[in-house]
Amino acid sequence: MNLRKPTGGAIDRNTLLRFTFNGRALTGHPGDTLASALLANGVHEVGSSVKLGRPRGIVAAGSEDPTSLVQIEAPFPEPMLLATTVELYDGLEARGLAGQGRLASLPDPARYDAKHEHCDVLVVGAGPAGLVAALTAARSGARVVLVDEQNQAGGALLGVEEYLDDRPSAEWVADIVAELRSTPGVLVLERTTAFGMYQDGFVLALQKRTDHLGFAAPASVARQRVWRIRTKQTVLATGAHERPVVFADNDRPGIMLASAARTFLHRYGVLPGSRAVVFTTNDSAYCAAIDLAESGVDVPLIVDARPEAPARLATECAARGIEVRAGHVVTGTEGAGRVTDAHVAPLGDIKGRGVAGHPDTVVCDTVLVSGGWNPVVNLFSQARGKLRYDAVLGSFVQGEELSSVRVAGSATGELDLTSCVRQGREAGEAAAIATGFTPGGQVPLPVSDSRCTQRSGLVLWRVPGAEDASFVDLQRDSTVADVLRATGAGLRSLEHIKRYTTIGTAHDQGKTSGMIAAGIVAEALGVELADQRPTTFRPPYTSVSFAALAGRDRGELHDPVRVTAIHPWHVAHGALFEDVGQWKRPWYYPRPGEDLHAAVLRECRATRESVGLMDGSTLGKIDVQGSDAGKFLDMLYTNMMSTLKVGRIRYGVMCGVDGMVIDDGTVIRVGEERYLVTTTTGNAAKILDWMEEWLQTEWPHLDVHCTSVTEHWATIPLVGPKSRDVLAAVAPGLNVSNEAFEFMTWRDTVVAGIPARVCRISFSGELAYEINVTAWHGLAVWEALMAAGEQYGITPYGTETMHVLRAEKGYPIIGQETDATVTPQDLGMSWAVSKKKPDFIGKRSFARAENNRTDRKQLVGLLPVDPTVLLPEGSQIVETDRLPEPPVRMLGHVTSSYPSAALGRTFALALVRSGHERIGETLYVPVDDSLVPVTVTDSVLYDKEGARRDG
Amino acid sequence: MQLIPCPWCGPREEAEFHYGGQAHVAYPEDPSALTDEEWAQYVFFRENPSGPFAERWSHSAGCRRWFNAVRDTRTHDLLAVYRVGEPMPELGEKDQVAS
Repeated sequence: MNLRKPTGGAIDRNTLLRFTFNGRALTGHPGDTLASALLANGVHEVGSSVKLGRPRGIVAAGSEDPTSLVQIEAPFPEPMLLATTVELYDGLEARGLAGQGRLASLPDPARYDAKHEHCDVLVVGAGPAGLVAALTAARSGARVVLVDEQNQAGGALLGVEEYLDDRPSAEWVADIVAELRSTPGVLVLERTTAFGMYQDGFVLALQKRTDHLGFAAPASVARQRVWRIRTKQTVLATGAHERPVVFADNDRPGIMLASAARTFLHRYGVLPGSRAVVFTTNDSAYCAAIDLAESGVDVPLIVDARPEAPARLATECAARGIEVRAGHVVTGTEGAGRVTDAHVAPLGDIKGRGVAGHPDTVVCDTVLVSGGWNPVVNLFSQARGKLRYDAVLGSFVQGEELSSVRVAGSATGELDLTSCVRQGREAGEAAAIATGFTPGGQVPLPVSDSRCTQRSGLVLWRVPGAEDASFVDLQRDSTVADVLRATGAGLRSLEHIKRYTTIGTAHDQGKTSGMIAAGIVAEALGVELADQRPTTFRPPYTSVSFAALAGRDRGELHDPVRVTAIHPWHVAHGALFEDVGQWKRPWYYPRPGEDLHAAVLRECRATRESVGLMDGSTLGKIDVQGSDAGKFLDMLYTNMMSTLKVGRIRYGVMCGVDGMVIDDGTVIRVGEERYLVTTTTGNAAKILDWMEEWLQTEWPHLDVHCTSVTEHWATIPLVGPKSRDVLAAVAPGLNVSNEAFEFMTWRDTVVAGIPARVCRISFSGELAYEINVTAWHGLAVWEALMAAGEQYGITPYGTETMHVLRAEKGYPIIGQETDATVTPQDLGMSWAVSKKKPDFIGKRSFARAENNRTDRKQLVGLLPVDPTVLLPEGSQIVETDRLPEPPVRMLGHVTSSYPSAALGRTFALALVRSGHERIGETLYVPVDDSLVPVTVTDSVLYDKEGARRDG
Repeated sequence: MQLIPCPWCGPREEAEFHYGGQAHVAYPEDPSALTDEEWAQYVFFRENPSGPFAERWSHSAGCRRWFNAVRDTRTHDLLAVYRVGEPMPELGEKDQVAS
């Protein structure tokens, strides 16, 4: 069936576009949407409904459409698009959906991006009001951005065939757009939907840049762009959506909004069907009826719910053979797929809303519906503007003035074109003045030839009838019965009813259904709509893909990756990496055939028996300087730092004011007024922030400055009994003897020809040196150490081996052994808590009763009785070898667990209630279905006496 | 995205800032002189008014300075910003800080 008119519409009839829908080959023209091309081919049924599987068609002509969901298959799979907003292109392959789409299984090859824009005046909507608002502001010299979701300006004028000032309205539109485009400082964006409006003039808009080009879209151009607009003033000229009326079986394909039929007719040259019944509560549908009749559609009947039809329009209808039945309503429809009949009956008493008499049946393939107009106030509401119910319009409208957001045109509820344009002009002027510009060159108001002098109609939400077949939200299959079930269950708030019925939660967010639902709820509850609080409109106004929101922030640009100066060596030597914050840290260096377990045992053994080295450059480093630096660090650390002598190093613990451990690390006294503080890799930024917070907000009088030097240094722990020999070989100027270079001291020297600072600290219990050089030379020094250590079988090791070596010594890792509920005392580190200092952060909390309970969870070691059993980290710990009835008392959990080469068995660290008192006890760890017996030990499992530290 | 007027940098997007809780909660002069309850008040208890609230903010992705702001918790409107050490500015009648 060809429903394309021989002439008319803004389509290029000389070019044929081929596309397939549900596997069927069809054609259309440039200028078509997928919906208009389907209608031209007589296809009205697009998909089916999500729950009930009822056929679904095309209700509206734009982004408010509740039903025409399609899946694009080619050029690239994309789910949940509206046929009414997909511009047709050659080769398009699409399928109708049953409410749910399918994401592509392949990565989207298209590029998406974002752009920032700043302006004085943002105008949303390029209909008559928006165009004149933008032009008025532009003529004042203001920086103006005009966005519109259509592929061309004109708004509602695109869907009618009317004249402005005795010429086609398209010419009036084209003149304004041309002037805007030629005005410096004005940006006009079509195919751009403002979908989110936030505080302080921040507006997000999605521009579809190449979607309409299909296969011809150039790969070099971002397919979609998110505009991040910051504006001083906004004019919302977002128009109005026609509202349907709910009646029984109102969901059949062929039932559409009257204005949509008019748009398909005039913009695309497509007839919606061959025989149309029009059901209206207001004047505007008469124009659709007359236009369609003049285009050859058989329009037997206008059913007008009002007691009296508008006299002049009724006369015009009579002249075209259209019967007008006032005081009547459509009570139901027939049809297996598409509508075949409409039932028409008199509407009785308006208040009671009873239908009187037997319905007449009128044969038709199209029912056009108009229940009035809803101003599009979504963005105004998003901008936190209050809404008000207008009983004459039967809709929510702007309910307060905002200083930086103005509404103009039919978005205010105004229906007359000249008045809309006047509002646009006034809003443009006011916005210009508010941003400090002087309006100049007033835009004249056009005179329209529209035959519909618009006046408000009757507010009618629904026609009484079968409630379970009267659809409120066609996409969600939600009916009047669902609404009444909600109110019957005692729900009164629209927010609650929305969630209970799911009305307004589909892709369209209730653009055509939300107001009706509110009306039906008010009727059911017997309350005034004016007293009902409307649901809050939330972004996005229309669906936005995650790809567009992600923009360029995906793949390797998703998050910055930090690598050390030595990173290329790790990659070249087959290291596997672990993410620690944004850092890539070598995890372990497997040899051929080795798994994690085998590699780590080898790395541990080599380090404890000879020498190993690791890349510790990610360690956080903060340079703390100033005459009060010592005093400051004394407050931050639990132990004393001001007494540390230049040349020496001290390990320290930091707590929050609640006395819980937040970080640990070493402090090097570099000079009288200078310290170098190290932090755990993941906490570097947090600890610098912590220092700044105290310095700026509590102790601004202290002369202290802190700066991050993490990336300035390459840091290489050289660990193991042979480390002294290796260091001696590369640092000939350094006396490496234990007497000359004691534990917890540092020396400035030259290593492999590079100025270096060497610290004698150990995170493994072994003799160890931490070699620090400027990051530029990190790789060279690493390679020199590898060469010098070759005769000892020097072994690079990663974070896993580091964890095992430190755990064997009972050294906790902040964030693994601790979780913000652990004190230094719980960790067995009372030795690191100063008794001398009058105060430090956390000290007072140590005296709290809670901190002195004997049943606090404390750090201990666990040795599984079976030395081959590896406890899963995070396992719970219980007291008995058989689980009692729940609730079972949990004593704590396993924080670290490894096989150990040095111990020749597995071991674990754990936080256990009264753990220090339980040393020697047997406890149980549920693993899968069994209870594993474990012996509680001191947390230090290897070299308790510390004999290995000095080599 | 709200604009927050950093008293050092001027208006910047909120994503550049970190929140620091209630302002004007000074570290006690001598914590050891406090009872457990008084210390707990300092450590754990903060106001949560509906209305204007004096808070600490840090321009962490900008100048990295801490400052104070009075924010209406009902609207998120920032009624005043001021530098650390400065007294809280006088507010209009309707914007009085709830106590």
